[in-house]
Amino acid sequence: MKFLAYLVSGISLGSIYAIIALGYTMVYGIAKMLNFAHGDVIMVGGYVSFLAASNLGLPPLVSVLIAMCVCTLLGIVIEALAYRPLRSAPKLAVLITAIGVSYLLQNTALLTFGANPKAYTPVVSGTLQLFDGQLSISYISLLTVACCIVIMIALTLFTAKTRMGKAMRACSEDKGAAQLMGINVNRTISLTFAIGSALAAVAGALLCSFSPTLMPTTGSMPGIKAFTAAVFGGIGSIPGAFLGGILLGVIEALAKAYISTQLSNSIVFAVLIIILLVRPAGLLGKHTQEKV
Amino acid sequence: MMLKAEDLNVYYGPIHAVKGVSFEVREGEIVTLIGSNGAGKSTTLKTLSGLMRSRGGRIEFMDKSIASTAPHKIVELGLAHVPEGRRIFTRMTVEENLDMGAFIKKNADLEQDKERVFEQFPRLKERRKQIAGTLSGGEQQMLAMGRALMSQPKLLMLDEPSMGLAPILVEQVFDIITALHKAGTTILLVEQNAEMALSIADRAYVMETGRITLSGTGEELAASEEVQKAYLGG
Repeated sequence: MKFLAYLVSGISLGSIYAIIALGYTMVYGIAKMLNFAHGDVIMVGGYVSFLAASNLGLPPLVSVLIAMCVCTLLGIVIEALAYRPLRSAPKLAVLITAIGVSYLLQNTALLTFGANPKAYTPVVSGTLQLFDGQLSISYISLLTVACCIVIMIALTLFTAKTRMGKAMRACSEDKGAAQLMGINVNRTISLTFAIGSALAAVAGALLCSFSPTLMPTTGSMPGIKAFTAAVFGGIGSIPGAFLGGILLGVIEALAKAYISTQLSNSIVFAVLIIILLVRPAGLLGKHTQEKV
Repeated sequence: MMLKAEDLNVYYGPIHAVKGVSFEVREGEIVTLIGSNGAGKSTTLKTLSGLMRSRGGRIEFMDKSIASTAPHKIVELGLAHVPEGRRIFTRMTVEENLDMGAFIKKNADLEQDKERVFEQFPRLKERRKQIAGTLSGGEQQMLAMGRALMSQPKLLMLDEPSMGLAPILVEQVFDIITALHKAGTTILLVEQNAEMALSIADRAYVMETGRITLSGTGEELAASEEVQKAYLGG
C-alpha cells in the first residue's frame, strides 16, 4: 500500500513535469531552440495566480485563468523581443539569450516581490481516503493528473486535426516549404510560445499547490527537470514529453522513498544519462534523417 | 505582363549568385530557364517567391511589386513555387500535405480542391492516407506539384521537376506540365533537362554563372548552335 502511495505521488509530480515539458518540446519542435526561460514563466504564473487569489480575493479558477492570460502574453513578448531578432543567428547565441531572459525574469521577480517565500494557498485542498484510510490521495494530485491528461489529449488533437496545428507540424519539418504554402512562420512560432506559456501558468499554479512556497527561483528546478523529461521522452515529441514527465516523476518519488532523499535528483539524472546512452534520441524521439 | 523581373542581384554572403538578371513571363506561356548546375536558376526562383532577396532591381507580379513582400503573402497573390528537391512534408500524410497546399484558402471547399488534384494525379488518391516520406521519388514529385496546385495559382514555378526520376517518369511529369498549361496555368520551369524543357516551352532563357546569356523561343534555342553544344550534347 505504501508503494501505491509513492507511485501516486510520483505520477502526480510527473504530471506537472509533463505539462512543463510539453512547453519545452513544442517550442523546440517548431523554433528549434531551447527556451530556458520557460521555467521562470512558471514562476510568473505562480505569482500572478497568488496575487489574484490573495490580494484580489478571486476564486482559484479565475486566478489561474488570469495567470494563463498574463503568461501567454509574456511568452509572445519574450519571443518577439528576445528570440525573433535572432532567428538566423547561431544556436548558441539564442541559447545564451534564453538564459539571459531566465535571469531577467528571476531578478525582476526578486525586485518586485522580494526574496521571502510567499505561502501559496492550494487551488484545491482535502484528500480522498481509499481502502479504509490506508491510501490517501490529495485532490490536488487527482486534479494535476486530470489536467495533464486533458492537456495532452487536447494538444494531440490540435496538432493532428486543426489547420493551425498542421501548420505547426509543417513549420517544424521545413520552414522554407511552409512559407511557400502561405504559412506565416513568425505567427506560428508566436502561437507555439503562447500555448507553451499558458501551460506554464497552469503548471505554476499546480506546482505551488503541491509545495506551497513561492519564490523567485521556484521555477528553476522544476524547469530543468521538465526539460530533462522532454529530452528523456524524445524532444520535439508531444507523447514523448508526457511519457518522459510521468517516468521522471515516478523515478524521483521512488528514489526518494526507497533510496535516499538527498540522492533522488542524482538518481533521476543518472537514469537519464543511461537512457540517452542507449537511445540518443530519447524514448519516443525520431532519428532525424539529414537531407542529401 | 504576368511576371517581370528586372536587374536581380542575389548574394549568398560574399558570393554573387545572380548577377543582373532580367526576364519576363506573359500570361498563358510556358517559359523555361535552362542552364547547368550552379548557374543561379534556383536562386532566381527563390528570389521570386520571396525566400531570398535581391539587392536592388524590381519584381512585378500581376503589375504589383513583390520584391519586398513576405513569402507567405506572395503565395496569396497567386504565385506558387515547387522547390528543388520537392520539399514535401515527409512526416505528414499525402492528404495533409495537400491540406497545407490550400493553407491560404481559409474557407474554401478543401474536398473539392483535393478531388481536382486527385483527378490530375490518381496515384495520390490511392495513397492519400500514406505518410509522404514513404512515397517513391516520382510520387513525391507528383505530390509536390499537386500540393502547389491546391492554392490554384496563376503562375506555377517548377524547380527541376525531373530531377532524379526515371525516363518514363520524366515523360509523365512533362505530360502533366503540358496538361496544366492547357488548363490555363502559366508556367515558369527551371530545368537541367534542356531538351525536354525546350520541347514544351514557348520561350526560354539560358543562364550561365549568374547571368542570362541567351533568350528566344523554345524552337530557336533548341536549334541554336551554342545551346546544342552546351546542353543538348550536339
